[in-house]
Amino acid sequence: MAAGGTRVRTANSDRSESITMARNIDIELQVSRYSPEQDLEPHLQSYRVPIRDEWVILDALNYVKDKIDGTLTFRWSCRMGICGSCGYMINGEPKLGCATFLKDYAPGPVKIEPLRNFPIVRDLVIEISDFLEKLKKVKPWLIHEGSNGQGEYLQTPDQLEQFRQHSMCINCLLCYAACPISGLDPIFIGPAALALAHRYNKDSRDQGSAERMATLSHPDGIWGCTFVGECTRVCPKHVDPAGAIQQYKLAAAMDGMKSFLMPWGKR
Amino acid sequence: MEAKKSHEPIFWTLFSAGGVVAALLLPVHLFIFGMAVPLHWIHGPAYNLLLSLAQMPIARLYLFVMCSLPLFHFAHRFRYTLYDGLQIKHLNEVVFASCYGIAVLGTVAAGWLLWRI
Amino acid sequence: MDSAAARARASAGGHSQTAPAYTEFHPRWYRPRISTYWWLGRWPYVKFILRELSSVAVAWTVAFTLFQLWSLSQGEVAYSTFTRRASSPIMIALNVIAFGFLLLHSITWFNLAPKAMAVRVSGKRLPAILISGPQFLGWFAISAIVLWIYMVRT
Ligand code: SF4
Ligand code: FES
Repeated sequence: MAAGGTRVRTANSDRSESITMARNIDIELQVSRYSPEQDLEPHLQSYRVPIRDEWVILDALNYVKDKIDGTLTFRWSCRMGICGSCGYMINGEPKLGCATFLKDYAPGPVKIEPLRNFPIVRDLVIEISDFLEKLKKVKPWLIHEGSNGQGEYLQTPDQLEQFRQHSMCINCLLCYAACPISGLDPIFIGPAALALAHRYNKDSRDQGSAERMATLSHPDGIWGCTFVGECTRVCPKHVDPAGAIQQYKLAAAMDGMKSFLMPWGKR
Repeated sequence: MEAKKSHEPIFWTLFSAGGVVAALLLPVHLFIFGMAVPLHWIHGPAYNLLLSLAQMPIARLYLFVMCSLPLFHFAHRFRYTLYDGLQIKHLNEVVFASCYGIAVLGTVAAGWLLWRI
Repeated sequence: MDSAAARARASAGGHSQTAPAYTEFHPRWYRPRISTYWWLGRWPYVKFILRELSSVAVAWTVAFTLFQLWSLSQGEVAYSTFTRRASSPIMIALNVIAFGFLLLHSITWFNLAPKAMAVRVSGKRLPAILISGPQFLGWFAISAIVLWIYMVRT
């Protein structure tokens, strides 16, 4: 449809054949630029890049950096959806640059901006130390007293299944960009960190859930979440942070009711 | 902040219980008395019948639960809607008191009405 | 705890000595503002805010019911005043809107419940439909019974 329309228009306006070709194989990128030394706020800069079938958004950005404008700054590393460093807002949606095909956006333009809800360091690079602080708060490691004296702690496949889904997180922070609460309330711990807390709570080798509950059953912790559900929708690893947080709430509510109804019990 | 930490599970439990009750019981009630009867789709029950129906102990309990818990559902959800939608977290106490004030008042009203009916 | 929260707030709110050390000498960061109308414009957010606003319809329905019960307790004349008021076009319009929101609440509530409940049967997580399905069926059943009670007694 779009291609046909273009051809008719070019024929009418009597353009040369080569431009018709170029129109169909080029795409306009509108990339957000921000230089802390020069700009008061970000602005969009346009680049034309070719469309290749096998290209992802990250390839297009690298093409710009190599061939057009070496000052463009963005994070990436693995090119295979594992390192979690290439999250950008692509046409307003948080996505991994290396897992999003360029041709899906033809005929363009494609708008590429830094992830929402984070301070911007430069161009597409966001400042994430706030998230790293929050991550530490949920104690995302196995908490275990003593030892069983036999080396490893064995786990059945069923026990692994309890938390496996929530352990797939690559810290790409797409969920924070999708979560309005993370933007509105900067002290809210946020989806990925809470999902990770849930992951350790559900681990049969872990004994730290009471400790974590003390930090997370808190308005800045799980109770800040209003189940918008966007984190789950955008997560490229199907971690389902929204589900994890609701399950956590359910557990915390049971916990709270228990200590409310039986105050003589421990804790 | 510390006080809230220990109370939030209770409010959330009330929110959830109210959400279930509201989802299961409210639509049909509003459908009958807010739409079907006023629009003459069905004949409303006659006054005496309705009164004797509402006087049955089981009906009183049903109506009490149907009125009370959903108000606590409302209080929790609307409080957060106001925080997030209008960005008025600084009015925390006022919003909190009004939302739960409505819920408690409504619950007392429902209990009183159903007791005397 | 509080100092950690303060630190998180500080590092989110900017230039502060308590921010993590390696960000201390960063040049200016740009901090985008969130508009008050953030929930407009993107469909998932609009859906979310409509879902949350269904709580107003819930409160309205309870208020309507309390008014009905009060009229009922005041005698036949009062109750006929109630039915007359409920038949005014404005009330009907409001109730139709409220009913729409109640349906939205019921449907979203039952659909989201499986997310909050990770029920496992012999190691496998129960599919969402097996959790939300019975709730929908229960909803239909209760609604049918209540309708039947009022229709049969007329
Ligand atoms: S939960 Fe998903 S979206 Fe969020 S950081 Fe982890 S992988 Fe990324
Ligand atoms: S570059 Fe590693 S996730 Fe995209």
